Amino acid sequence: MSLDNLTKDWSRYRKGIEEGGFHNYEHRWGMAIDLNACIGCNACSTACYAENNLAVVGKERFSKGHYMHWMRIERYWDEDQAREEFPDQGAHFLPMLCQQCGAAPCEPVCPVAATYHTPDGLNAQVYNRCIGSRYCSNNCPYRVRYFNFWSYPESAWPEPLNLQLNPDITVRDKGVMEKCTFCVQRIRTAKDKAKMENRKVKDGEFTTACAQACPTSAIHFGDLMDAESAVTQLWAKHQVKRHDEQGLPVSTQHKQNPALRGYRVLEELNTDPSVMYLERVREELA
Amino acid sequence: MKETELHHDKDIRDDLAWSQINSDILKSLENPRRGYWYTVIGCLVLLAIGITAAVLQYRYGLGMAKNHPHMWNLYIATFIFWIGMSHSGTLLSAILHIVHADWRKPIYRFAEAMTTFSLMTALLFPVIHLGRLWNFYWVIPYIPARGTWPNFRSPLSWDGFAIMTYLTSSALFLYIGMLPDLAIARDNTTGWRKKLYSTLSLGWYGSDRQWRIFRKAYMLMAIFLIPLAVSVHSIVSSDFAMSIMPGWHVTTFPPYFVSGALYSGCAAIVTLFILLRYYFRWEEYMTLAILEKICKLTFAIAMVWTYLNLVEFSSVWYGHDIYAKEVLWSKMTGAYAPAFWSMMFFGSVLPFTLAFQKLRRHIPTMMAVSILLNVGMWLERWMIVSPTLAESFYPWAWDVLWPTLTSWAIVLGSFGWFGLLFLTFVKIFPSVSMYEVKEMVYHRKLAREKGAAHGHAGGAQPAFSLSMRKEDGS
Repeated sequence: MSLDNLTKDWSRYRKGIEEGGFHNYEHRWGMAIDLNACIGCNACSTACYAENNLAVVGKERFSKGHYMHWMRIERYWDEDQAREEFPDQGAHFLPMLCQQCGAAPCEPVCPVAATYHTPDGLNAQVYNRCIGSRYCSNNCPYRVRYFNFWSYPESAWPEPLNLQLNPDITVRDKGVMEKCTFCVQRIRTAKDKAKMENRKVKDGEFTTACAQACPTSAIHFGDLMDAESAVTQLWAKHQVKRHDEQGLPVSTQHKQNPALRGYRVLEELNTDPSVMYLERVREELA
Repeated sequence: MKETELHHDKDIRDDLAWSQINSDILKSLENPRRGYWYTVIGCLVLLAIGITAAVLQYRYGLGMAKNHPHMWNLYIATFIFWIGMSHSGTLLSAILHIVHADWRKPIYRFAEAMTTFSLMTALLFPVIHLGRLWNFYWVIPYIPARGTWPNFRSPLSWDGFAIMTYLTSSALFLYIGMLPDLAIARDNTTGWRKKLYSTLSLGWYGSDRQWRIFRKAYMLMAIFLIPLAVSVHSIVSSDFAMSIMPGWHVTTFPPYFVSGALYSGCAAIVTLFILLRYYFRWEEYMTLAILEKICKLTFAIAMVWTYLNLVEFSSVWYGHDIYAKEVLWSKMTGAYAPAFWSMMFFGSVLPFTLAFQKLRRHIPTMMAVSILLNVGMWLERWMIVSPTLAESFYPWAWDVLWPTLTSWAIVLGSFGWFGLLFLTFVKIFPSVSMYEVKEMVYHRKLAREKGAAHGHAGGAQPAFSLSMRKEDGS
């Protein structure tokens, strides 16, 4: 190892060429979730259960924290909005899923490299390689990694419910970590199809199960590398950038125009999440 | 005679005959007090409980011990605890060897055994806590047929290397240091023991050349082991320090962990010292003067640990990182506050008992104090792992988890496992170094005679040492 090699900026090894890094990323899948549109109906979560063979754990195990929902709806309350007659006024929802970070804290800590970065900019989880040390979950600031605490296939799909399982993806047994994949099976299918037809993947050609199921179209999915895609344009409209011209990380914490609603969760940790949220706007109450 | 001089008794009687040393120590292989067997039974029971829990957990899944934000818990806390215990063996046998503190001679052998066995106990935990424990060897960089290597960026895989290296070296150190004693045991036993010691003593017959090579090898291992001991716990601390979680991402963790390790190890040495002294009637060898010296050492390390604790708290406090501050505050006032404050009491206040000579020489008090110090150190490890998991960056995932029965059972089982290994060792191998005690006795005698020739008192206080022996019950 030469001195030259040692003094290199090693963070460039995980960055794309457009950020001044070494990788020629094909795609960078991303999302924009509009909290103004989210009505908290849980359709995205349900769709995710169906698409990704997530185990239904039951009330008791759920209450113990043994849940497996890759997409979860969190509820928060703006307390100053509450009124005596409507104590729940001010409730709002936040769909939380794996943020597919560009600089994911979960990746370097896995002892067996079961979680790694794909050329699409996804955090892949290799179930067969996972030994269940759960270090990745401990280091995930969003806590969106779920562990198979029990052997769910034994109980979650009694006959004939096993017939509803999606044949495109595996059923995970006890002892492995799993998390949202941005419906990687759909991404692969679309990419294969595009390759067969000798073209690029078109924006809107496919979408994730959650985005597909959302009745208010709060979830937008697409390729952030594609300047024309709806997601890229939403990000640009709200001036949420992954990096500045020099390829350095930027934060929306100090955004110039407070009317722009875009932000990324826990951006200050410099995890470079691929999901942008659009803040919920409320009327000012007198 | 002044009060201070009065209590300055000898580490060991310098008129012990060499043959008496041999027979006294070798007796430990044959006739321990009955308490020894009671302890063995106790350890067997604990181990059975632990194994039952581990089998159940293996059958049904880790849900028996953990929940969503609490991916690590008692298992990792207890893992750090046992790794910590392993440090003082090296402190006594290697560091004190290099600085020529010869009072370590009667007690370093069992401390070194404690090192090896607590490492073997610690190694169980990362395996038990795995979701798919049958694949644990994937962390080891063996030559993989599929071309898959472990992730060298992960502190967990460094753990694997560090612990395996330390375990091999400390076992080797223990064995090398035991060679001359194994030869003595070979010459004084019959039956299966004779066969065992003949094989293990590697044809030692005590020639001048053998001794010279032996000294070199022993010194070399001692020097090799010291940086290893420091690095092992530093690496264990990077499991936490290298993460980004508030309360774990702390720069002072490596020295903090090492000091905590030496602390709990020294306290454990006091406990085992008292137990062995009782089991094998070793009042002549494990004297109160030596006990006092370890207690002083423990006190010094306790103060270092307290200082590093304060450093950590104040750097969090003045650092103004809201997340880290929140975790610290919730440790002090939240659900885990009772455990946190007991840790502070046992770890920083209780060691002041060691500052008083009367208490240091009172064996039942020291037994209780040394055990409580280790309870404090165990709580410290738990207070490192759990509060951060309970309250990290993301408020949705805030949850307090109290350890389940299964995890308690496995923790208890680990004490049984360690106890059995240790008790088996002391029954099969001489756990006081005979050749080094002889050396020590000889040196002391020489010093006394020289001192007498030059007109000094030279440590000879006949009136007092008589009364001491009475107090020791011999």
